Order: sequence, then C-alpha cells, then structure tokens
Amino acid sequence: MHKIWLIIQREYLTRVRKKSFIIMTFLTPLLLAAFMVIPAWLATVSDSEDVVMVLDESGVFADKLESKEDLKIIPIAAGSLEQAKTAYQETDYTALLHIPQLDLEKPEGVRLYSKKNISLQVKFRLENMLEKEIESQRFMASGIDRDMLNKMKANITMTTVNLSESGERDSNVWVTSGAGIIGAVIIYFFIFLYGVQIMRGVIEEKTNRIVEVMISSVKPFQLMMGKIVGIAGVGLTQFLLWVVLSAIVVGGVQAAFDIKPAPTPIEQMQAGRDLATGEEPEQTEETSQADTLSEVSSAISNLNFPLLLGCFLFYFLGGYLLYGSLFGAIGAAVDNETDTQQFMFPITIPLIISFIMSYTVVIQNPDGPVAFWMSIIPFTSPIVMMVRIPFGVPVSELLLSMGLLILGFIFTTWIASRIYRVGILMYGKKINYKELSKWLFYRV
Amino acid sequence: MSILKIDGVTKRYANHTALDNVSFDIPTGCIFGLLGPNGAGKTSLIRIITQITGADSGEIYFKGERLRPSHIKDMGYLPEERGLYKKMKVGEQLLYLAQLKGLTRDEAVARIKEWVARFEIKEWMNKNIEDLSKGMQQKVQFMATVMHEPSLIILDEPFSGFDPINANLIKDEILRLRDNGATIIFSTHRMESVEELCDNIALINRSRKVLDGPVREIKDTYKTDTYQVIGNGHLMITSPDFEVLEQHENHGVFRASIRLLNGTSPNDLLRYLIQRVEVHSFVELVPSINDIFIRKVKETYHA
Repeated sequence: MHKIWLIIQREYLTRVRKKSFIIMTFLTPLLLAAFMVIPAWLATVSDSEDVVMVLDESGVFADKLESKEDLKIIPIAAGSLEQAKTAYQETDYTALLHIPQLDLEKPEGVRLYSKKNISLQVKFRLENMLEKEIESQRFMASGIDRDMLNKMKANITMTTVNLSESGERDSNVWVTSGAGIIGAVIIYFFIFLYGVQIMRGVIEEKTNRIVEVMISSVKPFQLMMGKIVGIAGVGLTQFLLWVVLSAIVVGGVQAAFDIKPAPTPIEQMQAGRDLATGEEPEQTEETSQADTLSEVSSAISNLNFPLLLGCFLFYFLGGYLLYGSLFGAIGAAVDNETDTQQFMFPITIPLIISFIMSYTVVIQNPDGPVAFWMSIIPFTSPIVMMVRIPFGVPVSELLLSMGLLILGFIFTTWIASRIYRVGILMYGKKINYKELSKWLFYRV
Repeated sequence: MSILKIDGVTKRYANHTALDNVSFDIPTGCIFGLLGPNGAGKTSLIRIITQITGADSGEIYFKGERLRPSHIKDMGYLPEERGLYKKMKVGEQLLYLAQLKGLTRDEAVARIKEWVARFEIKEWMNKNIEDLSKGMQQKVQFMATVMHEPSLIILDEPFSGFDPINANLIKDEILRLRDNGATIIFSTHRMESVEELCDNIALINRSRKVLDGPVREIKDTYKTDTYQVIGNGHLMITSPDFEVLEQHENHGVFRASIRLLNGTSPNDLLRYLIQRVEVHSFVELVPSINDIFIRKVKETYHA
C-alpha cells in the first residue's frame, strides 16, 4: 500500500508541476472570460446604426416602414430607380431598398441594393417588415383590421411542473436537461483527456525502459493502479481549479466591465425558438423574459444538488476508472503511440455513441428503453445516467447502474492488469487481438 | 553457505523453452558470472530471481528460504535495458526508487548524500535525467540499483555503455560492495570482460546449464598443460616428453606452444629448453572461459 501511495504521489506531482498543466489550468478560465467579453464587446462595436434608403414605387408601404433604434429608414420621395441608385452611390448608407409596383397577391421583384455585403440580420428585418405590412394590407382587404387581429393573437408559454410524491415542483426542461448534459460532457472529456494521459504514461515508461527497474521493486498491478489514481487526482485538481478560477475570473470580468453575461445556451435556445416561430423577438422578449428568468432560477433551485453532485462524482470516477485501465492496457500492448489506433477504436466507440445518444434520444425521452438500457450498461452509463438523473431516476435503477459500474471497472481492471503485466516487458512485437486474448491467461 | 540456490528451474514460453531444468548455487559474498550467448536464457533466469516473472517448475531459495516478495528489497537489479524517468530530476528519481525499495525518506536522503559525495556528482542533483550524458545516466542508474544496500546485486551487461574510466570506477565500486559482504551476479555474453572479476561462474547455453563452479577449479580442469615459449635460437625438440603444437621463427626469434606429455613438469620443459635456446618468456596457456565454453558446447553436441 505504501508503494502504491509513492507511485500515486510521483504520477500526480510530476504532472501537476508540468508547464503544460499550469498553462492549461490558468488559460482555460481566461479563455472563458474572453468568450464572455468578446461577444459583448463586438455587440457594442457593431451597434452602429444601419441606414436604408427606400424607393417605394408601389405606394403600399409609404410611411408604414418605421425607423427603429438601430435601423433607420429614409424614404425617397420620388424618382426613377436609376436616380435613386446614383443618389445612393453618393451616400454612405447601408443599402437601397427598391419596391416596384406590387401585386398584393403575388409580391415579387423587391430588391435590396448595397455597396458592401449586407448582414443577414438587416435583410431579415426588412423582409419581416414588408411581410407584416403586406399581411396587414391583405387582412384589410378581407375586412379584418390590424387591431382586431392583435386582439385575437395568443401567446402561450407553458410552465412545466413535476408531479411527484414530494409535491409539485416547478421544473424547466431546459434547466433539467442542461444540468445533465453539462455533467455528461465533463465526464466524456475527462475520460478521453485523462485516459489518453494514462496510455501515454505507460508508453513513456515502456520506451524509457524504466519499466523493468520499476517492476523489480513493485508489482505491475501497483504500478498501473498508482498511475491511474495519480492521474485521476491530476484531473480532479484541474477540474476544481477551473471551477474556482472561472468563478473568480467571471465575477471579476462582470464587475470590471459591468456587462451582462453572454446568453446562456438556454437563452440561446429560447431565442432560437422565438425566431423559428417567425415572431419578431422584441415583441415577446420583454414580457416573457422576466417570467423565464424567474422560472429558470426556481427550476435551478429545485434541482437536487446533493444528489446531482454525488452522482456526478461517482460516475466521473467510475467511468474514468473503467476506461482508464483499458487505456493503460493499450499503452502496455504497443511500442509507440502510432500503434494505438486499432486498439483505441473499440474503446472510443461506446463513449462516442453514448455521448451522441445522450443529447438526442436520451434527452428527448429520458425514461425510454434506450435511455434505460444505456444508463444501466457500465460502458455507457457514466455519460447517459448523468443526463437522466436531473429528470429523476428511481433509486433501484440508480443502485443497479452504480453496482454494475463498480463490477464493470473491477472487470476491466482485471483484464487490463493481465494485459499490462505481459505487455510492459514485450518489445518489438506487433500485437493483434488474438495475441492479446492469449495474454489474459498467461501464467507469468 | 549459498545466498541463492537455484533448483531445477524451468520456464516455457508459448513456442520455446527459455530455461530447462537449471540448477546451481551462488555462494555468499562472491562475484558470480552468469555467462552465455545472447538468447541463452540469462535474462529469463534473472527475471525469475527478481520475481518479475515466475518459474513454471523448480524452486529458488534466497538465504535458505523459498523466494517470496519480501526478498525483493534485499536485491538490487540493473537491467540490460537501462531506463529512468527522463523528465525527473536526478535527486528526486533516486529518492523515489530508494523509497520503492523500502527505505524511509530520511534513510534514502542520507544514502543519497553518501553516494553523491563518493561519485562527486553534487551539481547534477537538480538536473533532469534527459540533460545528462549517457555515461552519467548509467552512473545514476547504478546508484539507484545499490542504494538500498541489498545483499544480492544483479547486473545485466553492466559495462555496456560505459567508457573505460567509468567502467573502472564501477568495477572498483563492485569490488568494494563485495568486500562489504554483498553478493554480485554479473550476467553477460562478453565472457572475457568479467573473467578477471568473477570468483564463480555458471555457463548457460540454449536454456541449459552447461557448467558451473569456481573459476579457478574450472580452469584447472580444462587446462591442457600447454606452455608458450618465446626466445632466441633455433628450437628443435626431439624429446618424446614434449609435443610441439605450433612453432614460428622470425629473424632468429621463435615462438612455440608446447604441451607436456608423460607427466613431465613445467620445470622439466624449462630445463630442456635452457640447454638449447635462450628463453625470454615462458607462460602457461590457460584456456579462457570463452575457450572452455566453446569446447564444452562442442562436447555436449557431439556426445
């Protein structure tokens, strides 16, 4: 036990003191801050107003097109298109909108002339204005006026409520799935990044030929476990430092620049929804944003944080141990990193599949059969179960999944240690799966 | 008393036998040569002694007890393929390896200081291994092997990679360790390189032990009563007691290999020669371990 502890210490300390670790640890929160600051800064920069000249030959839109805060409309009284174009060339306006004589039933031939490429946003907004006006005209033609129409319009935002034995709770699908997805993404990247580190570490020991010195002092299993645990420590350290530093940096940036944080994915998704319905965002935003915000914060406070955090740590470590030992075995089986490809493939496949499934099938139906089975099977459960947990998972399923994960990593560690003890002393031999399977039952 | 008793050890791999019923004893406090060509099974045997692998059958006794994991801290092993953690500092690396051998941190620090003084390498302590020359790395590795003062030191091809000066330094260290009571096993295929150092040897060829015992006795057994003579004059041997195996003459200087027959002594030959020629050199032709090995291998295959 004492020797494993020495190995863990070495693996941990040599990595934590590496320049790359220190740089990564401090750079990532800074990048995060940059992600916050730069969009906000760009937004202020690009807020210069767009000016559009409008030549309306149809007379339909006459003074109906109104200037907005950042989109100014300048109607041209009269004249031909050619005159308007020359006039436009002399200005530094954003664009020239030409509306020819229009048939309300078939509005075609509207053109937007510009000197530079025009932003999609301006284009959409102009289209939107025109569409609306044409719609109004059509309504009028059929005897409905705009006011009446506005009265008839309905706007519904549903509040989802979880009915469970403990009573009613506000839940917000976006918050719930967001919490799960964030956990799953962290676990996915952690397994990949640090699993590969284990593999590299083993290959390094093999190519440095230190391995024979080491295993004349310690058992191969101790060497392998020491490395896996030591690197897990490195990962946890980095993760915690990221959380702490990010909080500090983000807080600092907010205080210093007094900016609203860039929209969270949830808000972005909502914005996306709004756009998809063809509504102009401004209309609904003000009314619903307050609701949404309070709803989100109440949903966040309704998440079972101790459970979520506990499960996160469990699946984080369980998944890492399960895959980490396999990565270690690959490192032992090959002589250099270029040979690892064929063995990496079967290990990465379940990881990638569970990652893809978790934000498609699982999130859509967190209690469906696919989600159930993938959250039970040890190779996919660390990622899939994390997505399911915020939606509520029966305790029995959770225990089954956890138990199987423990069994799973005992099993993969056993396999890995069998391969490892043979592999680390094997040089210059191309290994295939048949050979590997023989190693499992070698008497060493 | 023997520190290590190897008793009928056999080790098979998937498609070849690495060791076939090998038995011999290694006396305490000697320098023991484990000799044989590449692929004979030396490294396999060493890996069984150091418990990196296990034997398929047979037993090994260390200080009279069956080999067990706790014996490892009383052994030091320098593998043929040298290696250290390249990115680690010399001092940290020595501390780490010594602690893995069961020294406490304080003991390890004290030992490192002692060795650093002996090898005069204080200024290396904070350098990374990768920044050292190959010879320096070997010295560090040698230190790591013996730092915990094991009673059995196993050195696989110890002098490969050392320049003559450092090789001598290591040789002196090995003799000093032996004088302090350690037993040293040399494993090498370059038999001439350790001949003058070894007290006892075992020869291994194609996974079998060919012969073992004290070097002195083996040489006595295999000596052929042949003497090399160099001198001035015209050598003509007519006595039936002496057989001329080889003779060259050049500008009045001759060189000849002569074997004693019929129980005559070297003095008889010398007396016979002095009456006829001027003798400048008279040396017994002792077979080298290499010669003995080749003879023995031939015998085993012709028999």
